[in-house]
Amino acid sequence: MVHDSIAPSVMRVLHEELDYERVFDPERVAVVIDHVAPAANLQTAEAQRRLRQWVRQLGITHWFDTGRGIAHQVLIEERLARPGRLIVGSDSHSTAYGAVAAFGTGMGATDIALALATGRTWLRVPPTIIVRATGRFGPGVGAKDLALWLARRLRADGATYSAIEYHGLDFLSVGERTTLATMALEVGAKAGIVAPQGLPQDRYPVPEWMSLEVTAPPGDEVIEVELTTLEPQVAAPHTVDRVVDLSDLGRVPVDVVYLGTCTNGRHEDMAAAARILRGRRIAPGVRMMVVPASSEALQQAIADGTLATLLEAGATIGTPGCGACIGRHMGVLAPGEVCLFTGNRNFRGRMGSPEAQIYLASPEVAAATALTGYIADPRTIEGWIAGN
Amino acid sequence: MARVWKFGEDVNTDQIVPGRYAPYMTSEAELRKYPFIEARPEFAATVRPGDIIVAGRNFGCGSSREYAPQALKLVGVGAIIAPLFARIFYRNALNLGLPLFEADLTWLEDGAEVELDLQRCLLHTGADTIRLPAPPDFVCEVWDAGGIVPYVRLHGRFPGGTAL
Repeated sequence: MVHDSIAPSVMRVLHEELDYERVFDPERVAVVIDHVAPAANLQTAEAQRRLRQWVRQLGITHWFDTGRGIAHQVLIEERLARPGRLIVGSDSHSTAYGAVAAFGTGMGATDIALALATGRTWLRVPPTIIVRATGRFGPGVGAKDLALWLARRLRADGATYSAIEYHGLDFLSVGERTTLATMALEVGAKAGIVAPQGLPQDRYPVPEWMSLEVTAPPGDEVIEVELTTLEPQVAAPHTVDRVVDLSDLGRVPVDVVYLGTCTNGRHEDMAAAARILRGRRIAPGVRMMVVPASSEALQQAIADGTLATLLEAGATIGTPGCGACIGRHMGVLAPGEVCLFTGNRNFRGRMGSPEAQIYLASPEVAAATALTGYIADPRTIEGWIAGN
Repeated sequence: MARVWKFGEDVNTDQIVPGRYAPYMTSEAELRKYPFIEARPEFAATVRPGDIIVAGRNFGCGSSREYAPQALKLVGVGAIIAPLFARIFYRNALNLGLPLFEADLTWLEDGAEVELDLQRCLLHTGADTIRLPAPPDFVCEVWDAGGIVPYVRLHGRFPGGTAL
């Protein structure tokens, strides 16, 4: 998988350094414009024009232009990511493909160019960290809270070079699995694979060779988690592992609530927020940005009234894609601004000014926060019933 | 003599080169101006070829952007020494031929004068000589080749792999 932000470097390495004119197989390459979609300045507009030309010249079939969505979400929707596949992507959150039990891992431009040229790459088999979940999430708690809790438990480098395997989560949707798998990277993992039990078999068939047994070879780390005891989690600035129970956070007023990204920008995330915001208005002085992870998610949100609910509550909407997650366009933060973000990184300067503050949490917390104007527990919102 | 630039733990690629300063947003020619532009604004202007970065654990965490190690290589960083590197950063740096050593030298002072002997994996400080952990053979071979592209051109295979 190649995305717009890295494509110019990939093209340079492929053609100028490696002297390859073609890719190894134009049907096994996906190219997506998501990082700056639509183009924000002349520089990116020109780079995207060249990318479109390149895709045509090389006959690349899996081509997704501006507005189709974030690469990871699109590859899963298009079923290019499937159980048992090995997918390398030019984006760190390519661990996302573990949502459908593919081995997905992120690489830089040179590695991706080499893979495009030869159809091969080189990898060492990583050790595994097993996450074994029991029980079910309580109301207002979900996959994002589990992912943040794991960051708190492991630290931001606790899974460096390992593959994380998640078990006991057969009841999770593909979207919730994607939340976990994207966040695997934020604890340093090479891959984050959710066991495929419970995946819709018609869409994501498990190949016969794949073993579904939970095996923990001696030496592998095992993390046990009882989901019923989890509280809503929040990561405070400026690292992903500065995680606390929301109830211990204190009162944090916000300027911006941002719902989107490959981690939490799907239809179910928008719908979860809409259930809290239905018939209400967001707090005065708060801006709420909603950026769907894909055109499919946006269409679903239009079809079932989710989008109308969000707009009536005072939210606004952006083009499906990465949005302001990389601080390049569509809602960058000013110095001193505080943002409650459903994404995966709260690094200093990530969404704009290095003097802005980013807190990470779930879509439910995002909606409760938009409503009250400070980081709030969805379970405290009067009349709200967790719907699943 | 080279100087030591000290950094803390969890230095991420947004600190090394923020996404807003990517070549995609600006231009390839400007990349050398941007390493640590916000985290340490004096770095790009005053770093000298051969200088060494010494940092805490999890250096280079975050995005897969190769232009982060590329920017450090462009301004001449001689090596980066940290107890643990993020996986993608390590691989990108290796691919570009930028030497990384896994060692905890965080007791060294910022601005300390040092000299790196890359071939023998030794770091000379004013007072003594530190033996750096020698990387695996295949890493040294990629360094010797000048990065993964020249390595593949030379050997016709990936490290540990069969002929392409």
